[in-house]
Amino acid sequence: MAANKAAKEQKYDRQLRLWGDHGQEALENAHVCLVNATATGTEILKNLVLPGIGAFTIVDGHKVSGEDVGNNFFLSTNSIGKNRAQAATELLQELNSDVSGNFVEEVRAAGSYEMSQIWLDTCLRLGAVLWNAEVPFLVCRTYGLVGCMRLVVREHTVVESHPDNALEDLRLDQPFTELKNHIDSYDLDSMEKKDHSHTPWIIIVAKFLEKWYSEHNFQMPKNYKEKEAFRELLRQGILKNENGAPEDEENFDEAIKNVNTALNATKISSTVEDIFSCDLCDNITAQTPAFWVMARAVRDFVRDDGNGILPVRGTIPDMIADSEKFIKLQNVYGFSPPESISEQEIKMFCKNAAFLRVVRCRSLEEEYSIESVNKDEITSCMDNPDSEMVLYLMLRSIDRFYQQHSHYPGVYDYQVEEDISRLKVCVNSLLQEYGLSVSVKDDYIHEFCRCGSAEPHTVAAFLGGCAAQEAIKIITQQFVPFNNTFIYNAMTQTSATFQL
Amino acid sequence: MHCGKAWDTESMADGDELEKKRRKIEALSEKMAVDEGHVACGGDWDGRWNHLKKFLERSGPFTLPDFEPGTETLQFLLETCKILVIGAGGLGCELLKNLALSGFRNIHVVDMDTIDISNLNRQFLFRSKDVGRPKAEVAAEFVNSRVPGCNVTPHCQKIQDFDESFYRKFHIIVCGLDSVIARRWMNGMLISLLNYENGVVDQSTIIPLIDGGTEGFKGNARVILPGMTACIDCTLELYPPQINFPMCTIASMPRLPEHCIEFARILQWPKEEPFGDGVSLDGDNPEHIQWVFMKAQERASEFNITGVTYRLTQGVVKRVIPAVASTNAVIAAACATEAFKIATSAYVTLNNYLVFSDVDGLYTYTFEAERKENCSACSQVPQDLQFSSSAKLQDVLQYLTESTSLQMKSPAITTTLQGKNKTLYLQTVASIEERTRPNLCKTLKELGLADGQELAVADVTTPQTVLFKLNFTS
Repeated sequence: MAANKAAKEQKYDRQLRLWGDHGQEALENAHVCLVNATATGTEILKNLVLPGIGAFTIVDGHKVSGEDVGNNFFLSTNSIGKNRAQAATELLQELNSDVSGNFVEEVRAAGSYEMSQIWLDTCLRLGAVLWNAEVPFLVCRTYGLVGCMRLVVREHTVVESHPDNALEDLRLDQPFTELKNHIDSYDLDSMEKKDHSHTPWIIIVAKFLEKWYSEHNFQMPKNYKEKEAFRELLRQGILKNENGAPEDEENFDEAIKNVNTALNATKISSTVEDIFSCDLCDNITAQTPAFWVMARAVRDFVRDDGNGILPVRGTIPDMIADSEKFIKLQNVYGFSPPESISEQEIKMFCKNAAFLRVVRCRSLEEEYSIESVNKDEITSCMDNPDSEMVLYLMLRSIDRFYQQHSHYPGVYDYQVEEDISRLKVCVNSLLQEYGLSVSVKDDYIHEFCRCGSAEPHTVAAFLGGCAAQEAIKIITQQFVPFNNTFIYNAMTQTSATFQL
Repeated sequence: MHCGKAWDTESMADGDELEKKRRKIEALSEKMAVDEGHVACGGDWDGRWNHLKKFLERSGPFTLPDFEPGTETLQFLLETCKILVIGAGGLGCELLKNLALSGFRNIHVVDMDTIDISNLNRQFLFRSKDVGRPKAEVAAEFVNSRVPGCNVTPHCQKIQDFDESFYRKFHIIVCGLDSVIARRWMNGMLISLLNYENGVVDQSTIIPLIDGGTEGFKGNARVILPGMTACIDCTLELYPPQINFPMCTIASMPRLPEHCIEFARILQWPKEEPFGDGVSLDGDNPEHIQWVFMKAQERASEFNITGVTYRLTQGVVKRVIPAVASTNAVIAAACATEAFKIATSAYVTLNNYLVFSDVDGLYTYTFEAERKENCSACSQVPQDLQFSSSAKLQDVLQYLTESTSLQMKSPAITTTLQGKNKTLYLQTVASIEERTRPNLCKTLKELGLADGQELAVADVTTPQTVLFKLNFTS
């Protein structure tokens, strides 16, 4: 058991550094269902099996064709004629023995739900079932050199969003008591050079801020001119040698460099304010998820004890300082390893309070309904006729084509030419039905016939990577999922995300 | 890329002809749709290339002007096109799969590494039984077995083991490397293959280089046409130099657990030689890491620093870059798509840099990286070195290593004095280093160097020497 655990830690080392042991645990307790083991589908699963998802189940009633084997790494010539779910499960399972792979080959899947031949039909019906069951649904499709991904999840909360380039939470504009006392314990003027040069820049800025306050009516430096004047004040604070030239004090250099960001007012972002004003925050019941309970607790703190600001994050960046001064300052900000597990959870929440995120996707029904279609988003994007939005409209159109003609446009060579005009009819009827006054260039109609619903492997692989990571985000509740339609154009190597 | 014939204009057939054609195709298609699973040994089977044929046998609105729909292009991919993959790791495994399923059959792969257990979370051509075996070999075996007819040839060697005669043979080179130095070397190699006539590059000597890189949830893919578009060195600033902690911090004022680990690695290990005389620290040896970990813990507790863990220790010692399957999948897919485009002219190639991140939603950014006029690798212009004649050789050396546009590792500087080749300084051979070390403290004037003097500099970052021209400022 222990040996197995150690081997897993080694195997997953590179990813544990991204989502931690708790993220890995969530992944290993997850069970994912793939409908249709197409190249896109198996590529997605590959990227979930390799990192150690708990289990997967493939549902697919198709038999493997020669064409399938041509673009799918997880089907072989031996599998031609066999059930595709079974064939793919075997080759995916073999990637990672930690994972449990299953398949359902019946066309009739779980419950009395029946799969339709029509892709769109299946999507919408499955979408409705999963929406009610509150199971996250990711619809992925590779069509020619276009990849498309749609996330359908009612509400997904994220504590650990892991923001890039987050500003530090230093509280220099309103130092809390312990910080104030700590700052007061320093007397820069009476320090020896060694101590002076190894005082953390946070202390230096705080000290000079006090000087500034006394001459500027207790107002922080606000604009460029004032910040520059403040920087000059800091420069004057650098020790001088016997010739009057400034000594080399790197900590002062750091202080000067950080003036721009260190003196920003501490405040709550609008994203977090929105979270606090949610109904879920107000009406806490026994069923309320932990996220909202903790959000409410923090909100109460903010409004009662916190003077309108969040609990201190507790971390500070590294800076030039001797060990003792730095550690002491770190402890003042509250950095200390948590004792118990629940304390861990609360500490984690507080540490990330400024970066909480909630993602809510509209249902497929809302997207497809004429009453609630997001006309504004579609028409404004189409101001640029080559926007990825045109690819979305084309995908909607080829589904319409299928409904009318029982095949996708241009699958066979002889169909290409006549399908171009038929597809154009579908495009126009789609635009008209939804009241979209946009125009779709003929080139795209031609291209969507030319590609004959082919699924080139490299495009499937790209989408497979994207989709798998979104699934991992949902499962681990770390990092922020997209909302809600992602389109990838392999012709131009560009992409866009739309909220539809 | 491939021998073409004259562009056929589409002819309008009359109704009967069309109907005959349609019935014939329909009959053929029926056969396609109902697969009998007939497989020629190691060859193709019915429908195998259906997905690709749509793009190769049909005209389209977004193809390049030189694209000709027909069967020749697929034949070119299957039989003629020779493609080289550098690296059989996270990106390499994905690249081999992607290329094999895109019709490429004549594939070579170079990788000097062996398989480690920590590779298995993403390098999917390897299994735990393969640990210790050469990556290139195992990768080739797997792909050749899974994709009938594909012929991947492994080379378990360093890229530097090969010369122009090897690289010249390929139509396209795709890199999935984990080191900037190796990238620059590859970049320099392809530039050295270029022929110039009257200052204009001979297009037939250009070998496109597709380069991918990933780190955690971020990655990039770029297309380089050596001599025509921005090369690796043109955009060296995009690869900022690795940050090392200052020695005084490590030696006397640690603040972070990383400082304690570096103390054990850099200072304690050479002093205590815990595993024997001259035995250097091996990041892949768990016992070595364990030793560093314990020493780092001792140091940390001395300074009240928390956070030293085994995982952190290993990460710092090995300079571990976090990695997952998904990012590698995305970037390698983009690279392989570009390889397909270049080989077939089916679509316009990426021009020329794609950036990807999926930390917050999914984000891509595509732009054209510009060539640097005086690029030390591809501009053909001797690099300008501005120094006072009383500057020391040491100053020149420092500039070569610290300048963000050069970032050399251990440059060897030679010049011609009185008709003879003279080595001014060379680090990589101990005896020569010792002999030339005194030169570092001499001024350029003392060394006999004149204004306008050409210096030739060799370094691991480039297969060719870089020419510099001394420009005395005083």
